[in-house]
Amino acid sequence: MSAVMKQTDWIKIGNLNDIPRLGARVVETDAGNIAVFRTAEDEIFALRDKCPHKGGPLSQGIVHGKRVACPLHDWKIHLDTGIAVAPDEGCAASFPVKLEDEVIYLLPMASDGCPNNS
Amino acid sequence: MAEKLVVIGNGMAGIRTVEELLKLAPEAYDITVFGAEPYGNYNRIMLSPVLAGEKTINDIMLNDEQWYADNNIRLHKGKIVTQIDRRNRKILADDGTEESYDRLLLATGSNPFMIPVPGNDLAGVVSFRDIHDVDNMLDASKSFKHAVVIGGGLLGLEAANGLMNQGMSVTVVHINKTLMERQLDEPSANMLRRTLEARGMHFLMEAQTEAIIGKDRVEKVRFKDGSEIYADLVVMAVGIRPNFELAKKSGIHCERGIVVNDTLQTYDPRVYAVGECVQHRGATYGLVAPLFEMAKVCANHLAMHGIGRYSGSVTSTKLKVTGIDLFSAGDFTGNEQTEELVFQDAARGVYRKLIVQDNRIKGAVMYGDTIDGPWYFDLMRDDTDISDLRENILFGQAHLGDSGHGDDNRVAAMADTVEICGCNGVCKGEIVKAIVDKKLFTLEEVRAHTKASSSCGSCTGLVESILASTVGGNYSLAPHQKPLCACTEHTHDDIRKIIMEQELKSVRAVMDFLEWKTPDGCSKCRPALNYYLICQWPAEGLDDYQSRFINERVHANIQKDGTYSVIPRMWGGHTTPKELRAIASVAEKFNVETVHITGGQRIALYGLKKTELPAIWKELNAAGLVSGHAYGKALRTVKTCVGKEWCRFGTQDSTHLGIELEKLSWGSWTPHKFKMAVSGCPRNCAEATIKDFGVVCVDSGYELHVGGNGGVKVRATDFLCHVKTEDEALEYTAAFMQLYREEAHYLERTAPWIERVGLTYVKERIVEDTDNRKALAERFRYSQQYMQNDPWAERVEGIDEHEFKPMATINLNELKRVS
Repeated sequence: MSAVMKQTDWIKIGNLNDIPRLGARVVETDAGNIAVFRTAEDEIFALRDKCPHKGGPLSQGIVHGKRVACPLHDWKIHLDTGIAVAPDEGCAASFPVKLEDEVIYLLPMASDGCPNNS
Repeated sequence: MAEKLVVIGNGMAGIRTVEELLKLAPEAYDITVFGAEPYGNYNRIMLSPVLAGEKTINDIMLNDEQWYADNNIRLHKGKIVTQIDRRNRKILADDGTEESYDRLLLATGSNPFMIPVPGNDLAGVVSFRDIHDVDNMLDASKSFKHAVVIGGGLLGLEAANGLMNQGMSVTVVHINKTLMERQLDEPSANMLRRTLEARGMHFLMEAQTEAIIGKDRVEKVRFKDGSEIYADLVVMAVGIRPNFELAKKSGIHCERGIVVNDTLQTYDPRVYAVGECVQHRGATYGLVAPLFEMAKVCANHLAMHGIGRYSGSVTSTKLKVTGIDLFSAGDFTGNEQTEELVFQDAARGVYRKLIVQDNRIKGAVMYGDTIDGPWYFDLMRDDTDISDLRENILFGQAHLGDSGHGDDNRVAAMADTVEICGCNGVCKGEIVKAIVDKKLFTLEEVRAHTKASSSCGSCTGLVESILASTVGGNYSLAPHQKPLCACTEHTHDDIRKIIMEQELKSVRAVMDFLEWKTPDGCSKCRPALNYYLICQWPAEGLDDYQSRFINERVHANIQKDGTYSVIPRMWGGHTTPKELRAIASVAEKFNVETVHITGGQRIALYGLKKTELPAIWKELNAAGLVSGHAYGKALRTVKTCVGKEWCRFGTQDSTHLGIELEKLSWGSWTPHKFKMAVSGCPRNCAEATIKDFGVVCVDSGYELHVGGNGGVKVRATDFLCHVKTEDEALEYTAAFMQLYREEAHYLERTAPWIERVGLTYVKERIVEDTDNRKALAERFRYSQQYMQNDPWAERVEGIDEHEFKPMATINLNELKRVS
């Protein structure tokens, strides 16, 4: 690898159209999968692909508004914060993502702000 | 700028409306609330347990002052509005406070009726309506002995029970021959009276109060016949009157209450009214359930959604006296056109009566064991034809075959540790605690907070009973016309009708046309809409994968660890050495952890990675194996026995028919999963009588059975009819599946669907009406030509490739090393 990369560098993970609207794709890492979501308004969010309830893969859920419903027990998770929709309690770590000219970049370091982050 | 909404009345109806409004349109109004009482909003129906010492005032507060502040609502408590100036749209309170409004909501409730006898204003004479009255009674119980409660209705008996719990000697005075004559018939009223007498309550029946006697404080009560009894406290509980004085004074049309239309508007369209002060279609209400229904509709109109209509409520009652189970709904006296079904067991103290007209329940009275009250009430509100249930209906829903919960039916007597929801492991104590702590009123709220009844739903009846016994019966039953989900006010049936009439052809179009409340629905409505569209327009290729649950999107079953299972179809339970070899080789090649024989006569492979699925399918396809749709709301399997081909008892070729049925119906999407079976003789080895559609072969042909279920709630099938040939059996199957596909609600199995619409209806459409049966079968076959493509083969060819590949792979260790 020629260029020097830091873990704080944005990593290009693909294009907007790689993810269906109201859908998600998985980015595999050696520290676990990250789910990358696309809303109806083409906003992009990334969360640890693990529901705070029983570890269900959020990437496989139904995306609606800025939420995803976990496929295992239908917990709803806020895409922007990773926090479970009340009255459920819990949080999936979120990752910074950005969209530039339809290219999606990810910072593979969980943001702070997830209480009891695991 | 937000419009100004002024609410007069800080009780349950007014605040419930505000809460509903905040949910729909939080920014639409600048809200001001006037309340005559010096408190926040409390749960008036829970005053009885407070009086009985079972709860405290704090337990029953619904919204404290912080809630008003948090929602930017100005609360004027302890202020009585004395004037409405409708011309200038202003109101005036007794302390001089003035407030202008764009819209006004009257929720002034009701007043206790004080019978006009001399002495009714003496000290020690109280009504039973608010916290102040309860305080008065509790004070009196500390220093006095003799209480007289005038009125043997619901409220009077609750007051009497409370005072007795506080140590007073209580006599209930009632003008009629029997107690609670508006809710109970004579036998049940007598049972109630005997129970209360055994607890030490005294009764004076058919006694008309003439005067209340005393100097400074009440001393005696005198009756028309000249007799007298001692009294230190007199509670008037003879009824309530809608409080509409303010409305009337300001020129709003009132009769027995404030007259409102179906959107809860008075004759002045800027002025709304809800709750006990209202008269709607000639009826007034004194219970909480109708008031919640009104609040919903009123909020909807205030939020300018304008699609809700209030069409009146059918109410049910329970008595909030600990240890007494009593339920009453609808017309319980009957007339010349009605019949009575009665069950009475005096020794156990159980009484049930149903009033039935044209095989529809018109009313119910229950005493002693009320577990089935909500069920009868549902049948009544759904206007269900009960002719198929009559034989056992009085024994309750459990006798229709609910094996899941056995005898765990007496909710009130259950220990807190009894598990109610087996799916989510929720015990009774947790549910009760959530209801009390979080102040829950509805089944939906209990589901959201505890998860009880939110998975398979078999414990729904139990959870409703716990809700009823915890909040005292007067809880809010699930509304009769259930909206599809929280994203809309429209029901399943409405939505299907509109999809057809308006020729709507996408999930988006349905949401736009019906003004969905959320931007793109939720995990509940999107799959339902997608199904309704596919069912209505099979030829148009409308399937929206993003509205499919994951299993139907990737054509495999997600497991708890995120891996998938794969189950190929085995037609009619038949397989071959070639198929078995292919399965075995796939299992070895892909390191399948578990190979399992399913209950539907197939072989399942477990623990597969999503990314491997297309490769696995490719190998299975090569051996002729296709998707078994074991993951879908779709035709699952047709289970068979070997029939007359081998069995010495077999009467017909059951395996052949099973294979034909599976070939006819595979690939079809249905409201919920759909299972079939064919047994070769009445010994029924294929268990056809617990399937959605079952065939039992007999010597003379084929018996067709429908609506069975072996899962959550065991239900044996209903017998549909007998046919002579395989071709007829196939036609009936197609017709039945199509009727179910077109008319059941999404996620409704055939068993509850048939219980809802009645077997008689299904027979009318399929057995008696030949033309209709043929048309249904034709529509099914038409739809099937577009559905019978193996989804596995399609994905092997590259459809939805993105589903089975990661978007990117990042090696973090690598990144760390180079940094």
